[in-house]
Amino acid sequence: WSLCIISTPLIHWTSRSKQSAPARDQFQEELVIRPLHSGDIYASFQFRTLWDIDFLQERQKVSHYRLFPKSLGQVLSKFSVRELHISFTQGFWRTMQWGQPFIPSPPGAELWVWFHDTVSDVDGNWKELTNVLSGIFCASLNFIDLTNTVQPSASFKPLGLGNATDHRFLRYATLPREIVCTENLTPWKKLLPCGSKAGLSVLLKSEKLFHSSFHSQAVHIRPVCQDEQCTSKAWELRQTLNVVFDLYTSSQGKKEWSLFKMFSRTLTEACPLATSSKIYVDITDNPELNPVTPLLSQAVVLGDRRTYSVFDLTRAETFGQLCSLNLLLRWKGDSDMLRPLLHAERYVAGFGLQTGEIHTVIYNNHPYRAFPVLLMDSVPWYLQLYIHTLTVTSKSRDNKPSYIHYQPAKDRHRPHLLEMLIQLPPHSMTEVTVQFERALLKWTEYTPDPNHGFYVGSSVVSALVPSMVAMNTNFTQDQPLFSSFVPVKEESSYFVRVYTEPLLVNLPTPDFSMPYNVICLTCTVVAVGYGSFYNLLTRTFQVDEPSLPLEKRLANLIRRIRGVPLLA
Amino acid sequence: MYSLSLHFFYPWIYLKKRIFTFCTIETGQFFSSGHTNNWAVLVCTSRFWFNYRHVANTLSVYRSVKRLGIPDSHIVLMLADDMACNYRNPKPATVFSHKNMELNVYGDDVEVDYRGYEVTVENFLRVLTGRLPPSTPRSKRLLSDDRSNILIYLTGHGGNGFLKFQDSEEISNMELADAFEQMWQKRRYNELLFIIDTCQGASMYERFYSPNLMALASSQVGEDSLSHQPDLAIGVHLMDKYTFYLLEFLEEVHPASQANMNDLFKVCPQSQCVSTPGHRTDLFQRNPGSVLITDFFGSVRKVEITKDTINLTSSVKPPIQSIAEHHVLQFVADVSSQNPKQKDWHPPDGFILGLWTLILLVFFQTYGIKHLKHIF
Repeated sequence: WSLCIISTPLIHWTSRSKQSAPARDQFQEELVIRPLHSGDIYASFQFRTLWDIDFLQERQKVSHYRLFPKSLGQVLSKFSVRELHISFTQGFWRTMQWGQPFIPSPPGAELWVWFHDTVSDVDGNWKELTNVLSGIFCASLNFIDLTNTVQPSASFKPLGLGNATDHRFLRYATLPREIVCTENLTPWKKLLPCGSKAGLSVLLKSEKLFHSSFHSQAVHIRPVCQDEQCTSKAWELRQTLNVVFDLYTSSQGKKEWSLFKMFSRTLTEACPLATSSKIYVDITDNPELNPVTPLLSQAVVLGDRRTYSVFDLTRAETFGQLCSLNLLLRWKGDSDMLRPLLHAERYVAGFGLQTGEIHTVIYNNHPYRAFPVLLMDSVPWYLQLYIHTLTVTSKSRDNKPSYIHYQPAKDRHRPHLLEMLIQLPPHSMTEVTVQFERALLKWTEYTPDPNHGFYVGSSVVSALVPSMVAMNTNFTQDQPLFSSFVPVKEESSYFVRVYTEPLLVNLPTPDFSMPYNVICLTCTVVAVGYGSFYNLLTRTFQVDEPSLPLEKRLANLIRRIRGVPLLA
Repeated sequence: MYSLSLHFFYPWIYLKKRIFTFCTIETGQFFSSGHTNNWAVLVCTSRFWFNYRHVANTLSVYRSVKRLGIPDSHIVLMLADDMACNYRNPKPATVFSHKNMELNVYGDDVEVDYRGYEVTVENFLRVLTGRLPPSTPRSKRLLSDDRSNILIYLTGHGGNGFLKFQDSEEISNMELADAFEQMWQKRRYNELLFIIDTCQGASMYERFYSPNLMALASSQVGEDSLSHQPDLAIGVHLMDKYTFYLLEFLEEVHPASQANMNDLFKVCPQSQCVSTPGHRTDLFQRNPGSVLITDFFGSVRKVEITKDTINLTSSVKPPIQSIAEHHVLQFVADVSSQNPKQKDWHPPDGFILGLWTLILLVFFQTYGIKHLKHIF
């Protein structure tokens, strides 16, 4: 306890001495804990590094990295990347049970990149970038190639600064089969300034994080404005980790959660390199929170005004007498959850291994407002879509999309890309169906386990959903990170991106043991059938003399050598 | 080393050079192993949940190798399937080596370089020979040089002369031997230790022909390597017997230990392993008794502590070599760069004998014995 008192003034002293030099980079960390109505608990970590530098300037070669990780900085300058978003997700986000996430992500790996408009060979840069990132994150991102990359024309607009929206500089790819495990978390943690040694990142223990219903880690890099007038620009690196712990597997069915129960660790200090280190606990539904803190904050996020209890880890009082912080949260939870206004599902219909139908269902749960959504579908080339069978129906009436961008697939070169702007009527269900036929792959193109099936990446539904509560469009430096991820342009709506389930389809699989079986059978038939036939036709038969006794055989041998006629 | 060769070949120079050899004995011992860095290539070739034990085998060797000092940047770890975060694993993010879940070999700090579908025969051979596409990141490359000691560990399902990769392709022992020869010719290793834990594993090292290779296998040709124990909670076998006892042996080794290869050959005798582990040392230049375990499994740097300041500005004159010493050194250099001695002479094969007999018979048939007297 006395050590606690001595160490915290040291931390303050070191941070104050650093503030005397002009701070060109700063680091903030934040954890948001939100109890969910199903009894699960949602924890969202955000680590943000803001750096006042321009990577893309030719004259200024960046060589001194402090808080910004050098591996990512070199990647950005070498490939002239304007924005980079990569996420690794295990599990599927259940919107109807859990609400909307702060940072949405599809199952598997997703990577989308905006390149600078000075790049001449975007495809070459993209290929090398995926290889480099596969080495940094220990993931199989090198499987991203032209057969699963698309260039969306309207979805995935830049989240940071940038006027140019020529979609030729955008590349989007997803690997739904990608597995996320500790080997992806380890290099992700190494990118943080404090590593996993101090601050909120000590809670990131893989044995607990992967024993959850949903786990998603992401890296988002984009250029942002430093102030409202946008006089100076900075690079922002956000590392986010969203995890949902299940009521039954982690908490034995009791709606009682604590930091120790979730992460098997408690907090003892903030990261010394962080300018702000905070924990926000969502207490809008009045759960029982222990220890109580007087700091409260209100934020409008995802169209809802929520109240948060704030724990500031840079202050020593937060840790109390035991020098460690363990939050306890308990709630009864029978109140109504705010129904998510936008929700989407997708499934494959049909039977057999030849044809099928993809159904995408989008729900608009707003009672009286209609709003447009942008649906983006990227289907691999081996599911050949028949676009003439595309139907969009809402409330059993035909609903014609106002904008359709379709790029057909090219076998083994390009996937299908379908983007549509659909107006959703209020309180309705819209169904988009399209028929497809399954292609036959060449026998070398199958994976080692082809009977598992082939994955089709999630559809992306992006929309500006009308908000019941006025959103905050003011730009403040003290905004909590979870509410400032997506820039808010207008008060009356907020941006939502919903990912559907990925699909698992079976392709007709050949019998891989066929060549061996054919060789065996053919050789047997040739040897037994044709061989016997040939022998019968060509073999001559001779009468065999009975064998002579030994002396006569030896005599015959000598006679043969002498050249004299043989004995009988 | 040079001093010993001098003694053997030129005894009259030995007396003259005694002063020089005294210093070279010390430096000789200092650099007796001849390597300056260590690499490890650990490969698990099996897919599917019931092959959990192969991933556990590879991860336990990875764990030992990391513990003894080889950093992640010098380890190429290839796992053909993910067991830790597999949906069937009742304890996610863990891979256990012992029943009752005593030792989690997966740990919290693991970096897998090739995973899932990337583990193919082609990628494995490309890693060994260094022929990778230019955009391959550094963590996926084996950047060894001629002073590197490399440990290669393979596990999976195998047979007489082949190892199965991911249930869809195979690597044969001849391909592996050729890959090592390519590595030798490109000077990609100083010494190489090859360990394989599969059924009939000894067949995989039968065809090696490059120098400085030592090989260990968990079973002889015609024998199966067996798995150790199942765990009732996880539902599969956790480790193979040979690697289980190998891990037990390696847990006793620490960076300063003097355990040598002869101890490693004694790991898992037939009473414990049921199969007979085999080893091959004929291509290795040094005596296995003088090779430390940490020469391959650890990254032990030799450090000489000195309290004297060394003046680096004055130029160091090279010692004047006498002509005789120069010849000796040249001779030694030739010997060490030669290919290893040919195999022992065997009588000619049956085919050659049969061919000559046929030729002789035809000759005598056509000309007859009685004509021979005209020839002679």
